[in-house]
Amino acid sequence: MKNFSGKILFLDRSDINTDEIIPAKYLTELTKAALKPYCLEDLSLPGFDPKRDLEGKSVIVTRANFGCGSSREHAPWVLECNHINLVVAENFARIFRQNMFNCGMLAVTLPKSEIDDLFTRFAGTPAECKTDLEQQTLTVSNDQESKVYHFTVGDFDLELVKAGGWINYADQKY
Amino acid sequence: MGKTLAQKVFDAHRVDRPGAGVSVLRLDRVFCHEITTPIAINDLVALGKDRVFDPSKIKAVIDHVTPAKDSKTAEQGKTLREWARRHGIKDFFDIGRNGVCHAIFPEKGFVRPGFTVIMGDSHTCTHGAFGAFAAGVGSTDLEVGILKGVCTMRDPESIKLVLKGKLRPGVFAKDVILAVIRELTVNGATDQVLEFTGEAVDAMSMESRLTLCNMAIEAGATCGVCYPDQVTVDYLWPFIQEEFSSKEEALREYAKWRSDDDAPYTRVIELDVSQLEPLATFGYKPDQVKTVRELTGTPVNQVYIGSCTNGRLEDLRIAAEVLKGGKINPNLRAIVSPATPKVYADALDEGLIRIFLDAGFCVTNPTCGACLGMSNGVLASGESCASTTNRNFNGRMGKGGMVHLMSPATAAATALAGVITNSPLFKED
Ligand code: SF4
Repeated sequence: MKNFSGKILFLDRSDINTDEIIPAKYLTELTKAALKPYCLEDLSLPGFDPKRDLEGKSVIVTRANFGCGSSREHAPWVLECNHINLVVAENFARIFRQNMFNCGMLAVTLPKSEIDDLFTRFAGTPAECKTDLEQQTLTVSNDQESKVYHFTVGDFDLELVKAGGWINYADQKY
Repeated sequence: MGKTLAQKVFDAHRVDRPGAGVSVLRLDRVFCHEITTPIAINDLVALGKDRVFDPSKIKAVIDHVTPAKDSKTAEQGKTLREWARRHGIKDFFDIGRNGVCHAIFPEKGFVRPGFTVIMGDSHTCTHGAFGAFAAGVGSTDLEVGILKGVCTMRDPESIKLVLKGKLRPGVFAKDVILAVIRELTVNGATDQVLEFTGEAVDAMSMESRLTLCNMAIEAGATCGVCYPDQVTVDYLWPFIQEEFSSKEEALREYAKWRSDDDAPYTRVIELDVSQLEPLATFGYKPDQVKTVRELTGTPVNQVYIGSCTNGRLEDLRIAAEVLKGGKINPNLRAIVSPATPKVYADALDEGLIRIFLDAGFCVTNPTCGACLGMSNGVLASGESCASTTNRNFNGRMGKGGMVHLMSPATAAATALAGVITNSPLFKED
């Protein structure tokens, strides 16, 4: 199973699309690893610099409709090869969300009020997230405070995460 | 309680329920193109699972960057080509016979009412126009689709759109879908199937319905669907005449792929389209929509007519009607990409290509081309394009570029005027 804990990158915007996560011009790469340097290269978010801001981060917290746009699995892959396996958002575009679970990554949905709360308390501070998959909790903390957020993830999604993805699961079962 | 079209398709294809609210579906079609499939093929090879579930149900095309622009895209084409040969995939459309996936696959009659279809491409929702369940997926889902002929999907919920009234002249399916996306917003239909119903849809050609369903994903929808009817049967007839004794029989058979009157919907939205006027986008999200009237005078550097949204014969006819005898404004350049070789050939026969050339358009081979800014028609920073495509994301057609989505009629009129403007096909009252 992948690692779902670590330092948080806050992306304070809704509708971050797959072209922003990985621009189309890099879709000619034939390996996942080759995508690594281009993560969030075209993200339009004032003050955001991928080179500086991605460093050491393992979790993304963002707003609504994350990953909308194209079906390219390159989008979750580019996060994966930057060691980001958990995205927490108000909601996700369907294909992106499914792609994450298919890769054994974790897409966590929280209500808007809790996302607002995460931003108010922790954005702009060196915040960390500890994820407990069994209890389905995120414990977010910085040097000031610590708070627990509960999430639910479907049984089948959880099985995919535990099996390490959909290919292994499907090939055994169907 | 009755069932929706999508629920009926799921019931007819379900092979497993691996968790609450999730179904594993048997697939009738797995479509492939050269951008998202090679990486799936390479992975299957690496896993020692280089197999296909049924070569007759897999269809593949090179369309995004074609002919290859560099060594990397040549390699992608080669991977797809060799894989198709190795597995006996007969319906593989290589350079010279290739066209934009969501235009060429319908044109070949590959999709039928009640089918399940996946492809590693978000605009796979287009094929729902035939009354099928068609969804875009990532490469991992595609791998499993290729290998096992199954895909997992959340059980479908549907939003029903009732499009009432008759479109005014000069207003097209593209304007309707932009109005729908403005209403729903970019994630208003996430995890939903969008059902397009009502007299405005009944009156539409198959090509217009494909335009409508094509952009369902821009509201977040899994799939757009139209109910199969006489229009569907007439379109498919060359491909199904062996299967049915008459069109009436085909219609009766396909009529089961409709929602029941008491089917459950998360929302039912009625839209009167009789007063709709031509629309275009102004921002970097497809729900940022204004009337062309409001945007009149906005300068653009490029006009693009093509793509799986509006690169079909009907679209080229409309654009040529507007362009006929005119010249594009010297302040911009214009490109047209007929979506398939058949569209190209028919447009040649009808004299449309001549009209485009005389007007000063660059006519390219069938390809996705400028739509995703990967090969040709790329914008420079600060430039904008009036485009018949489906996505206006920041940088989609080139870094720093901006795309205004609109109908072929509006795009053609804009090419002549040099600024966004309504076509003379639309009479303001
Ligand atoms: S024309 Fe554009 S939207 Fe359609 S399949 Fe090609 S790249 Fe995708």
